[in-house]
This record gives sequence, C-alpha cells and structure tokens, in this order.
Amino acid sequence: MAMNIVVCVKQIPDPADPGELDPNTKTLKRDVKLILDEADSYGVEMALQLVDAAGGGEVTLVSMAPDDEVGGIRTALAMGAAKAVLVSDEALVGSDALGTAKVLAKAIERAGDADLVITATESSDGYTGTVPEQVAELLGLPSITFAKSIEVDGNTIKVKRQTEAGYDDVEAPTPAVISVTAGVVEPRYPSFKGIMAAKSKPVDEVTVADLGLDADAVGWAGARQEIVEIATAETREAGTIIEDEGEGYAQIVDFLADLKVI
Amino acid sequence: MQFSDDHEMFRRTVREFVSNEINPHADEWEAAGTFPAHELFSKMGDLGLLGLTYDSEWGGGDADAIYTMILAEELGRSASLGVAMAIGVQTDMATPALNRFGSDELKANYLRPAIEGSMVASIAVSEPDAGSDVAGIRTRAVRDGDEWVINGSKMWITSGTQADWLCLLARTSDEGGYRGMSQMVLPTNTDGFAVSRRLDKLGMRGSDTAELTFTDLRIPVSNTIGVVGRGFQQQMAQFQDERMVAAYQMVGAVELAMERTVAYLNERMAFGAPLIANQYIQYELAEVAAMLDINRHHNWAAAEAASRGEDITRHATVAKLTSARLARQMADLAVQFHGGMGYVEENWPARFYRDTRLWSIGGGADEVMLRTLARMNGIGSD
Repeated sequence: MAMNIVVCVKQIPDPADPGELDPNTKTLKRDVKLILDEADSYGVEMALQLVDAAGGGEVTLVSMAPDDEVGGIRTALAMGAAKAVLVSDEALVGSDALGTAKVLAKAIERAGDADLVITATESSDGYTGTVPEQVAELLGLPSITFAKSIEVDGNTIKVKRQTEAGYDDVEAPTPAVISVTAGVVEPRYPSFKGIMAAKSKPVDEVTVADLGLDADAVGWAGARQEIVEIATAETREAGTIIEDEGEGYAQIVDFLADLKVI
Repeated sequence: MQFSDDHEMFRRTVREFVSNEINPHADEWEAAGTFPAHELFSKMGDLGLLGLTYDSEWGGGDADAIYTMILAEELGRSASLGVAMAIGVQTDMATPALNRFGSDELKANYLRPAIEGSMVASIAVSEPDAGSDVAGIRTRAVRDGDEWVINGSKMWITSGTQADWLCLLARTSDEGGYRGMSQMVLPTNTDGFAVSRRLDKLGMRGSDTAELTFTDLRIPVSNTIGVVGRGFQQQMAQFQDERMVAAYQMVGAVELAMERTVAYLNERMAFGAPLIANQYIQYELAEVAAMLDINRHHNWAAAEAASRGEDITRHATVAKLTSARLARQMADLAVQFHGGMGYVEENWPARFYRDTRLWSIGGGADEVMLRTLARMNGIGSD
C-alpha cells in the first residue's frame, strides 16, 4: 500500500556559527545562510524508510521562511524527498508557535492527502516544542509525540513513544501527526546523485494569502506570545581538577560518595 | 571561485562520511596496516563518490572536476591520510585511463564495479628498479595469439593486497624508452598473480602497500586499455589526475592541521601565557597560511582548467610539488609546536608527520616535478 508522508522541516542558522539575538525583537537573527535543522533530518529519514517499506508513495516537505530560502529544503530533497511546499512571506517574521502551526497546517493541506505527518519534537533554534501538537489540533488529527519508532499496519500507526522510564506502545488511526525524537534513526547522507536530482524537484512556493490565511493571523501581528526578556545563560563554573599523585582515586571516590551515587 | 549550494551540500556529505565512516576506525586500520577497502568503497559507491567525473553510462556522476577537488580536500581532512590515498587511487589514479581510453566491454566489467565500489582497483606502474623513471620499467607482456603473457613485478602498489584488478603498465615491444608500452586491465584472480610481500612503511599505514609478481600470467589482448604501444602517453595523462588529487588532499590536510595546531596553542600555557602569544609561532604559522591560500587558489584554477578539458600537466606539476612541500612544512611545525605531545603516537601530529612525507615521493618525486617544470620552461636540456 503506497504511503504519502508530509514532513515539516525548518531551516535554521547553522549552529556551527553561533547565532545572535536581535535586542529589539528578542529573536534569533535569521539573515544568514540557513540549513536544514538536524532535528528534522531524523523525521525525513524515518519518512523515507516508511515509504520504502510501504513499497510506494512519496515524501513531501513543508516549510516556512520569511524569505525564499531553500538551502535546507534542498538537503532534504537530496536525501530523497520528492517535493516541497515552501511558505515564503515577509508577513511570517515574528510568528509565534501558534502562528507557525496555523501556516504549517494549511501548507500540509495544500501538500495533498497525507497518510502521516511527521515533525521533530522541537526545533533546534526555537525549542518551544509545541508546534506539532498545535498542528494536529488545527488539522483535527491524532497527535503522538516522542516517537522512537513508527510501524504502519494497514490504517493503524503503531508507535513506540519514548518516556523517561522506557517507552509506551501507542496506536492511532491514520492520518496522524507524529513527532520523532532525535537520534532514533541514522539520517542518510545526501548522495551525489541525490544532490543533482534535488535541483529539478518541485518546490511549490506560496504566500500566506495563497493559503487563505489573513496576514494578521501570523507574524508579529498575529503573535499572542511575547518575549519579555532575554538574558545570557550563566556560564558553567569550571570543574575541579584533581592532580593525580597516586592518591587521585580516593578523591574521586569521595566526590562520588558526596553525590550519593556510590 | 564561487561554490554553489550543491558544492557546499556535497562537501557536507563528504565531511560527515569521513567523520562517521573513516575517522572512528582510523586507529584500528593504522594499527592493522590495512583497511577494509571493499566495505568502505561500497559505502562510497552508494553515495556516488567514486566516479564523480565519469560518464553516467558507467555509473559515474557526469560532474565537473570541482567535485573531485571537494571530495579530495575533505578526504585530506580525514584521520588517516593512508585511507584517503587509497580512495584517491580508486577514483583518480587507477581508473582515469580506463575511463578515457577503455573499450565498452572493459568499462562494463571493470570501471562500473570500481565506481560502484564492488571492485578495488590499483595502479601498477612502479617497479623495484623503476619508479619515477617510468621509461625504465621491465615488466613485459608478450603476445601469444589472443593473449598477453605477462612476466615481471610491480612495487609500491597501494591496495595491492586486496585489489580486484590492476591498471598495469607493461612493455609490449622491444622499442625501449617511452615507446612500446601498453596499459591493460589485469584481474588479480588470474593464475600467475602473487602478492610477494606487504611493505612495512614509515607512514600511510592505514593503507596496504604491496610488491606484486606476475609469472606467465595470461590475460586476453582485449584487456588492453586504449592503443597498444601508447601506454606511456596514456599513463602520463593519468598521472596528472593522480597529482592533482594529491594536491587537493594536501590542501585539506594542511587546513585541518593548521586549525588543530592553533587550537592547541591557544590552550597550551607556557611561561604564563598561551603558546600562541609568541610572535615567532604566529609568524611561522602565517607563512604556512599564506602558502595555503596560494595552493588552494592554484588548485581551483587547475580544477576549472580540468573541467574545461584543458591539459593540466603544468598545474598538476606545480600543485603536487608545492602542496607536498607545504604539508611537510606544516607537519614539521605541528610536531615542533606540540613538543613532546606531538612526538607520541597517541596524538595526531606524529601520524601526520609520517604520512605527509610520502607526497614528496609518491606520484612522481619532487625532483621529477622540478625536472618536468625545468623542461617546460626551457631551462637546461635532457
């Protein structure tokens, strides 16, 4: 049975080049080169594996960006996704989690009938971790979070949902929105041929208006969430250095005993 | 040079591949004196890394030489320059002649599997008595009906203990000198093939190097690559690819060694300040940084010229000579500035120092590069 999966992906500033916060908007500056959020690469990989296992279907990407940035989307297309919907509109600047979810939900509908919507648990730059559930609510679909594995059995999705103690077995009917935890699959490298093929894969670039959304519902205008203050995280205190002159082990044992771990 | 998004994405793919598939095993492979070429190459083949510029008809990527350069630069940043070298042999030292001059049958049977990574290829030119002086080779192929009967030996053969086929250069007539040589594909599962010994090298220990012998070994004449009697000229063209790959790798290698050395010198305290605070050290490294820029830009020019299909002999000669010397200079500084920490095997400079020494010898020694340049510039005569 063919399976069509939509994966929500975010393009973020490269974490290898430390980003900067804009003191006026209190948000991350995004006027740099954007790349695919690594957290999303797991969802893309999982979707590609599910489509392979189903023996047919395709993976469609959904993303939003204030400008027409496609660098990160190209990476996911090079991994094997078939096409993308990119919502690109200046009106998106300042969108909060709910505004983002509204846009993504509409874009997912535009992408066509999906058997499954996959997201990361949270983005690596915003970290609100609430968008997947909001998208599910807006689409009226079941939501399963923190999936470490997904299995499709007819019209049922079986998920091992990661918990602190281990995992829960959770089931839902398709279609559903599932967030996957990072590190549960090994994302493939884009192959040379994948990179070449990505150039000719369709990216449906649309505006907020194209989705039938009011510009006031998104961006700064629609944001119901306000960032009141930003502050630099406290630097961690330097650790204790034990010079080993033959008795170093004793100090380590004392240290662990103080922590009550031994 | 303006790299495209595709180039950058490709670079990330190779960098991640090196970091996940090579670096974690580098110590083990260095200790073993070899690496599992079939396993690693098949992973590389899946990613399309082994035949970037070759025709898609044979599984290649139809890419320009900029991709070759990016691949090689990133391999140069790997923890085992020996493995990087063996990959370079597969992609740009043993296969270019087959790609340029080989018959469709040979390409189907040997080039395609090399691009897929299911077959390991070696280049077999040097002999115990003839290395950089290629005209001095003695291995002989004598025609007997539809077969070549081959006798002789080859030396310094990278991946020689695990190769499935060799791109062999042998004498096929008695004309002597540059004349009367031919290139041929020699499958190593042929009777009469033997690995005489594995060589214990100073560096590049992650890759196996062998001496090979051929005793009344018979292969079909149809295994000849290109034109009988044109082997030397075909090999000279192939050498240019080899030298550029070495030069590309050295730029990546020096770049990483510089980053790592500077990082170490920033942390290492001596006489109350980080070592990097010493102007002497700064200037020594700045000398390398300047030459690295020049080599990098020269490589770009070479890759662009190669992409246009131009003769890159001069580029390759200059690039190989200068980048190998630069790598030796950087290796010497890395060891020196790490002090005792650079002299022990547990830290990277020791291996780097041993590995980089090769590229002033292999693929045509520095002196051969200088000889070629002197001739090109009309300096002196033969």
